[in-house]
Amino acid sequence: MALDSKIPQGPIADKWTNYKNHINLVNPANKRLIDVIVVGTGLAGGSAAATLAELGYNVKAFCFQDSPRRAHSIAAQGGINAAKNYQGDGDSTYRLFYDTVKGGDYRSREANVYRLAEVSANIIDQCVAQGVPFAREYGGLLDNRSFGGVLVSRTFYAAGQTGQQLLLGAYSAMNRQIGRGKIKMYNRHEMLDVVIVDGKARGIITRNLITGEIERHSAHAVVLGTGGYGNVFFLSTNAMGSNVTAAWKAHKRGAYFANPCYTQIHPTCIPVSGDHQSKLTLMSESLRNDGRIWVPKHMKDVEAIRAGQLKPTQIAEEDRDYYLERRYPAFGNLVPRDVASRAAKERCDAGYGVNATGEAVYLDFASAIQRYGKEQAHIKGLDENDAALVKKLGQEVVRVKYGNLFQMYEKIVDQNPYETPMMIYPAVHYTMGGIWVDYNLMTTVPGLYAIGEANFSDHGANRLGASALMQGLADGYFVLPYTIGDYLADDIRTGPISTDTKEFEEAEKNVKDRIASLINNNGSHSVDYFHKKLGKIMWNKVGMSRNEKGLKEAIEEISTLRKEFWADVKVPGTADEYNEELAKAGRVADFLELGELFAKDALHRTESCGGHFREESVEEDGPQKGEAKRDDENFTYVAAWEYKGEPKDAVLHKEDLEFKDIELKQRSYK
Amino acid sequence: MSGILNSSIGRKFAMALSALFLMVFLLQHFAINILSVFSPDAFNEVSHFMGTFWAVQYLLQPVLIFGVIFHFVMGFVLEIKNNKARQISYAKNNGAANSSWMSRNMIWSGLAILAFIVLHFIDFWIPEINTKYIVGDMSGMHNGEFRYFHELVEKFHSPLRVGAYVVAFVFLALHLLHGFNSAFQSVGANNKYTKGLKTFSKIYAIGIPAGFIFIALFHHLTGH
Amino acid sequence: MNLTLKIWRQKNASDKGKMVDYPVSDISPDMSFLEMLDVLNEQLIEQGEQPVAFDHDCREGICGMCSLYINGEAHGPDRGVTTCQLHMRMFKDGDTITIEPFRATAFPVIKDLVVDRSAFDRVQHAGGFISVNTSGNTIDANAIPVNKHDADDAFAAATCIGCGACVASCKNSSAMLFVGAKVSQFALLPQGQVEATDRVLNMVKQMDEEGFGNCTNTGACEVECPKGISLENIARMNREYLKAAFKG
Repeated sequence: MALDSKIPQGPIADKWTNYKNHINLVNPANKRLIDVIVVGTGLAGGSAAATLAELGYNVKAFCFQDSPRRAHSIAAQGGINAAKNYQGDGDSTYRLFYDTVKGGDYRSREANVYRLAEVSANIIDQCVAQGVPFAREYGGLLDNRSFGGVLVSRTFYAAGQTGQQLLLGAYSAMNRQIGRGKIKMYNRHEMLDVVIVDGKARGIITRNLITGEIERHSAHAVVLGTGGYGNVFFLSTNAMGSNVTAAWKAHKRGAYFANPCYTQIHPTCIPVSGDHQSKLTLMSESLRNDGRIWVPKHMKDVEAIRAGQLKPTQIAEEDRDYYLERRYPAFGNLVPRDVASRAAKERCDAGYGVNATGEAVYLDFASAIQRYGKEQAHIKGLDENDAALVKKLGQEVVRVKYGNLFQMYEKIVDQNPYETPMMIYPAVHYTMGGIWVDYNLMTTVPGLYAIGEANFSDHGANRLGASALMQGLADGYFVLPYTIGDYLADDIRTGPISTDTKEFEEAEKNVKDRIASLINNNGSHSVDYFHKKLGKIMWNKVGMSRNEKGLKEAIEEISTLRKEFWADVKVPGTADEYNEELAKAGRVADFLELGELFAKDALHRTESCGGHFREESVEEDGPQKGEAKRDDENFTYVAAWEYKGEPKDAVLHKEDLEFKDIELKQRSYK
Repeated sequence: MSGILNSSIGRKFAMALSALFLMVFLLQHFAINILSVFSPDAFNEVSHFMGTFWAVQYLLQPVLIFGVIFHFVMGFVLEIKNNKARQISYAKNNGAANSSWMSRNMIWSGLAILAFIVLHFIDFWIPEINTKYIVGDMSGMHNGEFRYFHELVEKFHSPLRVGAYVVAFVFLALHLLHGFNSAFQSVGANNKYTKGLKTFSKIYAIGIPAGFIFIALFHHLTGH
Repeated sequence: MNLTLKIWRQKNASDKGKMVDYPVSDISPDMSFLEMLDVLNEQLIEQGEQPVAFDHDCREGICGMCSLYINGEAHGPDRGVTTCQLHMRMFKDGDTITIEPFRATAFPVIKDLVVDRSAFDRVQHAGGFISVNTSGNTIDANAIPVNKHDADDAFAAATCIGCGACVASCKNSSAMLFVGAKVSQFALLPQGQVEATDRVLNMVKQMDEEGFGNCTNTGACEVECPKGISLENIARMNREYLKAAFKG
C-alpha cells in the first residue's frame, strides 16, 4: 500500500483552516448514534475522550491504571510551549513551527508541525478556562520561562508539575462527561487486540485486570492514545506500566510503525545505583540553566573519587573538564538533549565517569550559588566578600528555583546537592517514533487513530523540551475531534456494531490462547528476568550511539531472547484473577518484538539524525568534526514498517518529507 | 439548607457550634464559681440571681441542656459512623506519629466528662430543681442565709468527690486542648489568626479546668 | 540488610486475608521500598509462590498509584514522600516491617495490598470540573487575571495526587483533605466561582455516600500527605459548604 499523508493543498499557513472548511461534519443528532473507543487517558487520550463526548459521540475510554488521572503524562515536569508571544519577544506561530522542525533535525512533517504550532495558543486558553493553575506574575497574568535550544520564552508552567496540572485539567473535562454518562470509563482494563471488520477498525478486546475477564468492545472508530515505548529499555523514566502493547497490536493488525529507532535520551537523570533499580528519575532540563556539567580532567582524580579518597569539591577548578562548555562554546551547558547526552556518554566511555559504575557526570551548582549569592549581597547592601554569607544567600536563591528537584535528588541519592555536585547520567525518556498516521491522525487501518506520543508525531528525530504536552493536548482537544468527524460522517447509517461476529470471536480467541500459553508455560525465569536482559541489549547496542555490528548482533540476540522467553518464562497464578505478572508478561512479549524492529530500523538508517546516532555517520573534519552527520539526500523520509510476521520480515514503506517552508541545514551548537 | 444535619460537614458544623456554646458557658460558670473563693456573699447573690431569673431558668437553661445533650449524642453518632468507615482495623497503627493523643481520644475524654456531669447533676442540679420546683422553695434561703455557698463548701468535704472532680477536669482539659481549635477549624476559620488562636486555646484549655480544680481544692483544704 | 516483612495477604475481595511473615535478605539501603518488594516477589516467583500484589506505576511520587501502610503509617515513616520514594535507608538491619493495605470501608481490598480507590473518582465526577467545553473558543488566557497569591494557593491544592493517604491515616477514614483540596482549587480561582455552590454541595454529598468517615480535625492527614496539602483546604471547604448550604 502506498503511503498517502493526505496533506491538504495550499500555503502552509492556510492548510488547517482550509481543511476544516471542507471536511464532512456529523450533525448533533447523528453523533448520538456513533460510538468511539479511546484507549489511554493521558493528555492525548483524556482530552480526546472529553472532547468527543462533548461533541455528542458515545465514548468508551480505557486505561490500565486505577484512574484516568494516573496516566504517565502526569510526570511531565517542565512546561508546555505555546506561541502566545505574551512576552513580546518575537515569538510567532512560524517561529514555533521552525524551532520544532529544526529541533527535530528535519525529520518531521511540515504540515503537521505547522498545525501544532497554530493550535498551541488555544491550548493555553482552554486550560486556563478549565481552571489549570499555571504560574502567574504579580500582575495576575501568566508567567513564561525559557526552555532548551530556543530563543524566546514561550513555555507555560505550573512549578515542576506542569504535566500533572494539565492532566488533571483533561481529567476534569472527562469527569464532567463521565458524570453526564457520555463517557463510559473502564479503569484497570488493558487493550489486547484491535478488531478489524471489513477493513475498518471496529472494536477492541480487553482484559479486565481485576477479574481477568476477556471482554469485547465495539465502536465505529478506535483511538489509541497509549503513549511511548521507552520501557523496551527496561530502565527509563517511563512509568512501570508504560508499554507498547496497544500500539503493537495495532501494528500487527495492519498499522504501519514509523521510525521506531527515534528515541530521546534525556541527559539529566539520576544515575543507576545498582541491579535492583526498577526505573530512572528525571531531573528537569531547567537545571541546566544554572548547573555546570563536568568530569575530572585527570584519571588519577577519577580513580580517587571512585575509591572514596577524594571529594568532588576538593578538585581544583583547573583540574575539571567542563566538557560541554569546551566543545560547544556557543550553547555550553544548554545544548539540545541529544547532544548533551552523547557528550556525557563520550566522557564516561573514555573512563571519566564519577561513580562506582562509571556512568555518571557532575552537575554542579557551586558557581551559580556564588553568582546569585554575590548578587543578593549586593542588592541587600551586605558584604560581598563574606564567603559564608554569599553561600547562604546563593543557596536560598537556588532553593527557590529548584528546591523540589534538590529535595527529590537528596531523597533518592542521600547526598545534599547544595553542598556537593549532583551526579547525573542520560536515560531513555521519550520515543519520537510510533504508529504512522496521516494528516488526519489516522493510521494505515481505516478508523484506527493514534494520537500523542503513540503516533510517530510531529517531533521528527528529536523532541524539544515542553513540546510533548503541547502535542498531546493539541491532538486530543483540537485536531482529532475535527478529523475523526470527517471519517465518521460515513458511518451515520451504520448502526451499532455487533460484537457477535467472527472477527471479534477470532480476536478474542487469539488473546485467550496467548494468555493460556503464558500461564501454562511453567518455565524457570520470571518476566523481569527477560525484560532486564532485553533492556541490556537495547541499551548497549541500540542506545545512545549505534553501529552496524552492534545492531546486527542486537537483532540476533533479541530474536533468540524472544524464543527463550516463550520457551522458558514463568507466570505464576491463573488467568482469571488479578495477576500483574501475567499483564507484565504480555507487555514484555510485545517489547521483544518491537525491540527487534527498533534495531532493524536503526540499522537501515545509516545516517545520524536527532536522537539516532550512527557512529559511522559523523563529520570527518572541519569545525563540526566528530558531530552527528545527517544524510538528507538518502534519508529525508519517514520509515514506516509493515508487519509481516517476524519483525525481521517487516517491509519498509517510505513517506518522503518535503521541506517547502524551511531550508534544510545542519544543526550547529558550536 | 434542608438536611444539612445529614451531611458530614453539617454535622461537623453543628458539633462545633454546640462546642463553642459550651465553651462560653464554661467560662461563665467558672467566672461565677471563682467568686466563691474571694467573696461568699457575691457568690451567693449571683447564684441566687441565676437560679431564679426567668430568662436564665426558662430560656438559657433549656438551651444549655439541649446543647449538652446534642453535643454528646452527636459525638456518639459520629463515633459510631466513623468506626463504620473502617471495618477492618490496622494490625499496626502509629497514630502518635501524626496526631495528638487528645485528638484521637475525644470519645474517651468526652465519656469521662459525661460521667462527671452525671455526678455533678446528682450533686447540685437535681437537689436545686427539687428544692425550687418540687418543694417550691424559691427563696434560696436556709437557716436565714443564702444556702448556695454553704452547699458548695459541704460538697467539697469529701476527698473522694474532690478526687473525682480533679480527674474529670483533667479530662476536660484534654478534651479542650483538641476541641477548642477543632471547633474553629470546623466552622471554616483557618487563617492568619489561627496561630494566635492556638496559643489562646492552650491557655483556655488548661487555665479553665485548672481554675475549677483550684476552687475544689481550695474549699476542700480550707474547709470554707 | 536482612529484614522480616509482615505482609497482608488476601487472595481476592471475598477472601478473609491474613498477615504472613516473609524474610528478605541482602537489601541495599539505596533501594526504594518498592524495589525491596520487587526483590521479595522475584524470590516468591522463584519458589513457585504467588507474588505480593501492590499498586505502583510512575515510581517517582507523582501518579498517586502506590499506597501501603508501613509500620503504622501511610507511605511509611518518612515525610513528604510516597512509598515509591521511601528508601530502605530509613530502616535498620534486622527490622520487622509491617505492610498493610490502606484500610477504609470506601477503599475495599482487591488483592493483597491493592485497594479500590474509585470512590475518589466518583467524588470528582460529581463536581470536580469547570463546565467549559474544550472547543478552544474561550477567551484569551490573559483576559482572566488571577492574583498570584490565589493562583499559588490553587496550585498548592491542585498538587494532590489522589493517593488516599489522608483517608488511610485518618482515624475516621475521612476523605475531607482530598475533597477539600479539590474544592479549594476551584474556589480560589475566578473561573471556579460560577458553579461554586453546586460543586461543593454535590462533591460533599458524593463523599458522604461513598462511606468515608467524618473529619474530627486530628490533622493526621496533613502530616502524612506526601504532597503536604494543608488543613486550610478543609476549612475552606467547610466555609464553601456552609455558604452554599445556607444559600439554599
